[in-house]
Amino acid sequence: MRNFIIPDVPPEFADVRDFGTPPQKTTETVTLTIDGYEVTVPAGTSVMRAAVEADIMIPKLCSTDSLEAIGSCRVCLVEIDGRKGAPASCTTPVESGMVVHTQSDLVNQLRKGVMELYVSDHPRDLLTSPTNGLNLIQEVSAAVGLREVRYGKGANHVIDRVDDGEANPLYRNTDASNPYFSFDPTLCILCFLCQRACDDIQGTFALTFEGRGFDMAMVPGQDQPFFESDCVSCGACVQVCPTGSLLEKSVAEMGTPERSVLTTCAYCGVGCQFEAQMRGDKLVRMIPYKHGKANHGHSCVKGRFAYGYANHVDRILKPMVREKITDPWREVEWDEAIGYAAKRLKEIQKKHGTDSVGVITSSRCTNEETYLVQKMARQILRTNNTDTCGRVCHSPTGYGMNTTLGTSAGTNDFDSIEFTDVAMMIGCNPTDAHPVFGSRLRARLREGMKLIVIDPRRTDLLNTPHIGENIHLATKPGTNVAILSAIAHVIVTEGLTDQEYIHSQCDVDAWNGYVEFISDPRHSPEAVEATTQVPANLVRDAARLYASAGNGATYHGLGVTEHEQGSTAVMCIANLAMMTGNLGRPGAGMNPLRGQNNVQGSCDMGSFPNEMPGYRHISDPETRAIFEKAWGVPLPEEPGLRIPNMFDAAIDGEFMGFYIEGEDLMQSDPDTSHVAAALEAMECVIVHDLFLNETAMYAHVFLPGSTFLEKDGTFTNSERRINRVRKVTEPKNGYADWEITQMLANALGGDWNYTHPSQIMDEVALTTPSFAGVTFDLIDQLGSVQWPCNEDAPEGTPVMHVNQIKRGKGLFIDTEYVASDEKTGPRFPLLLTTGRILYQYNVGAQTRRTENEAWHSEDVLEIHPHDAEERGIAAGDTVRIASRTGETTLHAYITDRVAVGVVYTTFHHPGSQANVVTTDSTDWATNCPEYKVTAVQVSRTNAPSDWQQHMKDTAEATRKILVAE
Amino acid sequence: MKKRKSDDTLIRMANQIATYFDSQKRQDAREGTADHINGSWTPNMRMRLINMINAGDADIGSTVVAAEALIRRPAERPTHEEGGL
Repeated sequence: MRNFIIPDVPPEFADVRDFGTPPQKTTETVTLTIDGYEVTVPAGTSVMRAAVEADIMIPKLCSTDSLEAIGSCRVCLVEIDGRKGAPASCTTPVESGMVVHTQSDLVNQLRKGVMELYVSDHPRDLLTSPTNGLNLIQEVSAAVGLREVRYGKGANHVIDRVDDGEANPLYRNTDASNPYFSFDPTLCILCFLCQRACDDIQGTFALTFEGRGFDMAMVPGQDQPFFESDCVSCGACVQVCPTGSLLEKSVAEMGTPERSVLTTCAYCGVGCQFEAQMRGDKLVRMIPYKHGKANHGHSCVKGRFAYGYANHVDRILKPMVREKITDPWREVEWDEAIGYAAKRLKEIQKKHGTDSVGVITSSRCTNEETYLVQKMARQILRTNNTDTCGRVCHSPTGYGMNTTLGTSAGTNDFDSIEFTDVAMMIGCNPTDAHPVFGSRLRARLREGMKLIVIDPRRTDLLNTPHIGENIHLATKPGTNVAILSAIAHVIVTEGLTDQEYIHSQCDVDAWNGYVEFISDPRHSPEAVEATTQVPANLVRDAARLYASAGNGATYHGLGVTEHEQGSTAVMCIANLAMMTGNLGRPGAGMNPLRGQNNVQGSCDMGSFPNEMPGYRHISDPETRAIFEKAWGVPLPEEPGLRIPNMFDAAIDGEFMGFYIEGEDLMQSDPDTSHVAAALEAMECVIVHDLFLNETAMYAHVFLPGSTFLEKDGTFTNSERRINRVRKVTEPKNGYADWEITQMLANALGGDWNYTHPSQIMDEVALTTPSFAGVTFDLIDQLGSVQWPCNEDAPEGTPVMHVNQIKRGKGLFIDTEYVASDEKTGPRFPLLLTTGRILYQYNVGAQTRRTENEAWHSEDVLEIHPHDAEERGIAAGDTVRIASRTGETTLHAYITDRVAVGVVYTTFHHPGSQANVVTTDSTDWATNCPEYKVTAVQVSRTNAPSDWQQHMKDTAEATRKILVAE
Repeated sequence: MKKRKSDDTLIRMANQIATYFDSQKRQDAREGTADHINGSWTPNMRMRLINMINAGDADIGSTVVAAEALIRRPAERPTHEEGGL
């Protein structure tokens, strides 16, 4: 699988050769001679890697440049002048003046002998093997000129039965238990690459080698099938396997790929780059791109394998319309659907006023798509009623960081973790929700990075094998501001602050006032212990560790933002970073982990109802003037409706027309019955999506969307990195999503003539200072670019606030804890908090339509053994969970990962629909819903809730389609 | 006029905003509250709040009531600048 041509990428990024061993980071160089060529490489480089630098490929089996070499296969032997024997080139570091011979009679003879041994216990009928063309045993046998195998029949791992018909005790059957890849032990050469990848890259430690000598075998877990082991199906072992012993089932089915297109994963905010490996126009497999700057060649089960939804039978490929939501859907041509949608929106505006319509995009859309949707709202519909699902996840991050630091931008890149001494993870669960970054964190934890986790639940990061010093502050849900203020209290009162940083970089008056505020004993860990339920001494330990361990970095997720005090908690974190001087350099910083692939980008692109692209308030006349000039119309200057306000306005009869691209409001927004009532009250709901999602039950127009494999554009990940999405196949629905929005805009009276998404990005650059230097060409050239990218930073900005905090002076904010309105009581004594699982993504629209269902086919309710016992609940029981808002049922999973008094579930499945239970309570500053705190009661039951039954009936009734003749 | 459910939501939102600004010692709570509302609420939402304040709704907190005069009426030019959601 080498020598792939990657379109649109210049040679330095197309180099996907395997250098055999990892690069060295030193600037010190060493010059040596290999086969007569002089080569200069960084000190510490292996002879093997130096040879590849000189375009000399030494045969190898057990090494790859993503893992440290162990020198087990003995194929890469070389001769070195002045040294005895033939050392392995993968484990021999270069030395100055070294003279290396990669070909000689001695090494040829040795290599041939080694290969003869390998082949003697390897299947010979590889012509019809799925690994044909991928198996390095074939390639290296050819390279060393192996022409005969002198060893006759004997003990082997290859044939299932010995001559007398007895079962061969050494033979192991193929393990096909994993839905995505199989393991054929007969092809295994015991090179340990899979195990090393699992340990060193992924950090799961699921694989082991059992037995000694000829009995040795690679086995998952305790000699279990893959599916039953700890394996998380990241694909790292499959990727490094040199023989195809571990192989994607898709390759076995479709044959080997013949070309690659470089693109970006459409799951999660890590933003991994992938080679979409193709045969013709069919996608054979996704291989994480080794030069992807967010993932460096690693992947998780979602990005690597869970793309089958693109071809799922549920996908809607023809536009559909209906008069009333009780009518069956009618398939129509694009013209008719677009015309119908435009007509109804215009009628609504005429009848109910300009601001009676609005738009929403999803964080799953590209930058170019979201830009167009907000442009359509402002330029053509002439309203600021535009929002994006970033509203319901990270809007408090934006508000809090902008207030304190002057920009909503996350401060550092992922690579910064290499320099971090202590990582404080607050309300985030990276091994499930940001798995590739989770693996990097685990690698750093094994290297000694210290860890603080602030989370009601014991996240898997705390179960990292070989973890060092770590502290878990298991907070009661809803008390983040109390605990973060207590940490600040300790740092300030114990004199652990960085006075030089504060006095040079921050507003000193604000600091002095803040010191007085935070020093008050009411903020001490002891004083808030009863509130947070975290032992005070642990809080003090955590504060001291964060403030004194060197580079301290914070990472936060929706466990911080999705609260009534979400914005205040974000400001707490900024306060901590500023007071310890942990900003403006690699290893430190304040890093929001954005949930979906393009949360960052969809917010950047002006999707919010009070902000134009680049986070400029719509009341600013200069900003409006820029867009008025570009778009040729006066722009509305009053804030529009945010998502929760839209629902309220719909119920009040003031918001009647809705264009929703890629977002399933019914499943993802809190208080489902409120959302349903709002959607039902509207006169025209246009859903633009891949599937008839839950929201589409209430839609009048359905515009079929395209997947990320079928369009061009960009996604911006959590580190502000703009990555290219490249079309690998034609859109099955006929059009890329940006084209569909353009058709609708033009039917509404616009005159848009974009012919490629690059032109949309050019318009963003023209109008938005932080994107002024961004073009598709630049992204192609650099591989990716982190905004701000402009004259001051032509190649982008990996780390923010380097010489100065963006705001000028960092602003400390007093962060008074206010208890959530949502309180437990006799009727609802437990607190529900919600989250995500590795195998599913957001509302599950994509992952539920893949084999990932094998791991997680339903949402379960995690409940502490004590709370379960009190209620007579046994593992697996069906339980009813009820809040003041609504009730649903799911199965109980009893675990002490959650504290007494806390229950936890995920919201990936519409059947259980956790958001029936969540309330309409929101963050004070941004209206981000408080998904993370709901007072509930849990009890045994044996029937679905009324809501579930009602939705099941409604879903069936509203999804009928009349197929056009 | 009969109070709608969304009226209660508006009042709760306004009170939450005021609770935050009440805790800010270095900023005028009335100005902070009004600025925040001006920067993120639609004209219709603002007018409804103003009307409820003027009608003497008992659920509205004192800071919100005190901020009433600073809440921008729909016809006025906006002056508020806030960014970074």
